[in-house]
Amino acid sequence: MEDLKLELKTKIIEALNLEDIELTDINDDDPLFGDGLGLDSIDALELIVLMDKDYGIKLTDPKEGKTIFQSINTMAAYISEHRTK
Amino acid sequence: MNTEYHISTFVSIKKNFIFLNGEKWFSVDTKMSFSEFSKSVYKHLGMEYPKFYKMDHLSKLGILAAETLFNHQGFSPEKEEIALILSNKSSSLDTDVKHQESIATADEFFPSPAVFVYTLANICLGEISIKYNLQTENAFFVFEQMNAEFLSIYASQLLHSGKAKKALCGWVEYYDENFEAFIYLVEKQGKFAHNTETIEKLYKH
Repeated sequence: MEDLKLELKTKIIEALNLEDIELTDINDDDPLFGDGLGLDSIDALELIVLMDKDYGIKLTDPKEGKTIFQSINTMAAYISEHRTK
Repeated sequence: MNTEYHISTFVSIKKNFIFLNGEKWFSVDTKMSFSEFSKSVYKHLGMEYPKFYKMDHLSKLGILAAETLFNHQGFSPEKEEIALILSNKSSSLDTDVKHQESIATADEFFPSPAVFVYTLANICLGEISIKYNLQTENAFFVFEQMNAEFLSIYASQLLHSGKAKKALCGWVEYYDENFEAFIYLVEKQGKFAHNTETIEKLYKH
């Protein structure tokens, strides 16, 4: 699980072009949106693509995303349970 | 001749150089990709705007040119009623190609929302407007080459109509690592008369 969390942080920084953010800047339970990393609605869509492309998870309900993308912890837990690749 | 208005400042970005009012303002010695070059300019300008890194290359080029010009002017752009009139040859083709590549095959069909939102040239205007809180008229035109006469007439008519007090005009072109920006500020006061001949002369400077 720790490897997956590290992998997720790396992928998020790269996919969302978070140029000034280091891996160590993201705590596992930091909110990804709002006061945390400050991601926006386009970033949320980009995370949905990332889930599909890299883990074979198709999210169709936007309400699901709100829960899954709360933090690295919640993302990693969901991916562990639902990944198909 | 549209000598009622003047050009107060102009900025050119070519290859690894930035010229401000015809004088070299920034340069890098080594050959860089646009990504590296734009990051160098961003840091040189002392910008703190993380959204910059999420933009496509065309928008980055427009923002860097505008930031250089506005910094030199030393004013708050949002208070100046500045219209935006930009143009180029390739529209948003560089980003269009990236988007097309992401949907080219059924097996690897993963269009990126962050890329897709830049598949219009006038998004460059939107990014400049957001960065400087401009709520003014704006237009982006696509020409085969820099069209000084059109820009001159359009800017003069817009300013004459009273819809803006100043106009940031010019050419912001990017495609496949080839880039060039030439922007100038049109207002009542300025060193250069605002007309086709002057714009062409400054562009070729």
